[in-house]
Amino acid sequence: MNITDLTVHELKEKLEKKEITISEITKAYVDRIVDKEKDVKAFVTTLTDTALAQAQEIEEKVKKGEVTSEYAGIPIGIKDNLCTKGVKTTCSSKMLENFIAPYDATVVEKINSNGMINLGKLNMDEFAMGASTEYSAFKKTCNPWNLNKVPGGSSGGSAAAVAAGLVPWALGSDTGGSIRQPSSFCGVVGLKPTYGLVSRYGLVAFASSLDQIGPITKDVKDSAMLLNIIAGHDEKDTTSINIEKKDYVKALKNDVKGLKIGVPKEYFGEGINSEVKEALERAIEEYKSMGAIVEECSVPIADYALATYYIIACAEASSNLGRFDGIRYGYRTPNFENLKDIFVNSRTEGFGAEVKRRIILGTYVLSSGYYDAYYKKAQQVRTLVKKEFDKAFEKYDILITPTSPTVAFDIGVRSNNPLEMYLADICTVSVNIAGLPGISIPCGVDKTGMPIGMQIIGKHFDEETILNAAYTYEQKIKFREKYKPEFK
Amino acid sequence: MEVSPQEILHIAKLAKLKLKDEEIPEYIKNLQDILNFANVVNEAPIEGLDTAIGAIDNYNVFRKDEIKVFEDNEALLQNAPEQEDNMFKIPKVI
Repeated sequence: MNITDLTVHELKEKLEKKEITISEITKAYVDRIVDKEKDVKAFVTTLTDTALAQAQEIEEKVKKGEVTSEYAGIPIGIKDNLCTKGVKTTCSSKMLENFIAPYDATVVEKINSNGMINLGKLNMDEFAMGASTEYSAFKKTCNPWNLNKVPGGSSGGSAAAVAAGLVPWALGSDTGGSIRQPSSFCGVVGLKPTYGLVSRYGLVAFASSLDQIGPITKDVKDSAMLLNIIAGHDEKDTTSINIEKKDYVKALKNDVKGLKIGVPKEYFGEGINSEVKEALERAIEEYKSMGAIVEECSVPIADYALATYYIIACAEASSNLGRFDGIRYGYRTPNFENLKDIFVNSRTEGFGAEVKRRIILGTYVLSSGYYDAYYKKAQQVRTLVKKEFDKAFEKYDILITPTSPTVAFDIGVRSNNPLEMYLADICTVSVNIAGLPGISIPCGVDKTGMPIGMQIIGKHFDEETILNAAYTYEQKIKFREKYKPEFK
Repeated sequence: MEVSPQEILHIAKLAKLKLKDEEIPEYIKNLQDILNFANVVNEAPIEGLDTAIGAIDNYNVFRKDEIKVFEDNEALLQNAPEQEDNMFKIPKVI
């Protein structure tokens, strides 16, 4: 038995049967990181030095009954835009290279209070702006399925680490696809919850009306379990919603009979790779064979959604990133004579090119003379997007689309063409604009062996239905038994 | 829509960023590419639709105006590029 091949629910089972110990689990992951991190480069900060001691401590506490969580001693990796007290939170930016958060994000607090072990902070595109993790100021993460390819982004470190078995599961964040798209590229399961289900307190803000934290896991059951841990109202985030707590694992019924599935034809047109399309068509046939009612439908917003997304996300980013001024935290330029120099030079030297491009676009669309032409229009399109989804969900329980138009691309091919990089998000952004939940699960590989992702979109706060739909399909095709990353 | 060098410098100034002369053409090109692409929002059937500021219509969440003291000053100040006597330090402004 290889511990790092197991899912968290398998680890838990073995812990309960006393077949393995908490220390053995952490030790296995620490060894795996020592062995494979040099190939994958998923971490900005590894905590392997402290993890073993922490595991022993938790083990003692469990024995004494001081920690009772069923997740005690389960390791995890955390995207480096989630604040961790006492451990650097860099957002993969020179701006925050030495930033040590004075408090924990609410999700991190939950991880800690369950006695889980943080193995480290995971690489990402700078400030979560990107689709390949190449815009990290520190390193380029490689895709474990083919080390010459990108892991996707912006949660590329999280997805690659889970795929490579460097962590059993991880937290990511998703503003326009940043959990789902890298999960698709790395052959793992990524869930973006409904906007408001998970507290964003302590998540370094990119676009506050779109950002949401979610799990990246080996399989759907783990996804449901990690969602159980992180979901819930938090008064520190006024956009978090106070709804009854659910047990998402209970939603996994392994049955989709009678489930009404809409397949929006706009997501299968030009620009979608033919092998991706074929894999999705096969998946849709599987759903039919399992008793689901599948129909082609139309959600005619795909053309506008991407443009709308970039206008809104960059506008919000230009405002959110205004806080980086070289005064209270973050990078400060050595080149200044007065306060204004500190602001301008710290920002100019501390932010990378993509972040500056987006701040400039965001400032432009909010500036006098262009506000009505771009930002206001985009906000109206946002209403349109919501309405079109509402209409589709009157008829269907879930919608199925590809997660990304292509499989993972080669490192370097898109990093100098921002617009082409933006197109990688075309299938995922509308879900954030409407605030819906979406999950990406693997549905096959292409001829070169790279994983293909299927996106399942659900109604607001109906994570249960998309998780069950994903789970039922996963049980049928058993992707993890057939395919494994080879680190070539 | 054509973005002029003057315009991009004005925008950069608003964003408190400095662009080097040699960077200007590239920033203009990138901005123009994405604006050309973003113009598609003008074709959307949005006549009469309201603007939406968020995904979920959940406005005006109030809570009691109670002071909560964050006690770990040291943790806050350890990130300051420059500090003195428990305060953030900046160059003279007057």
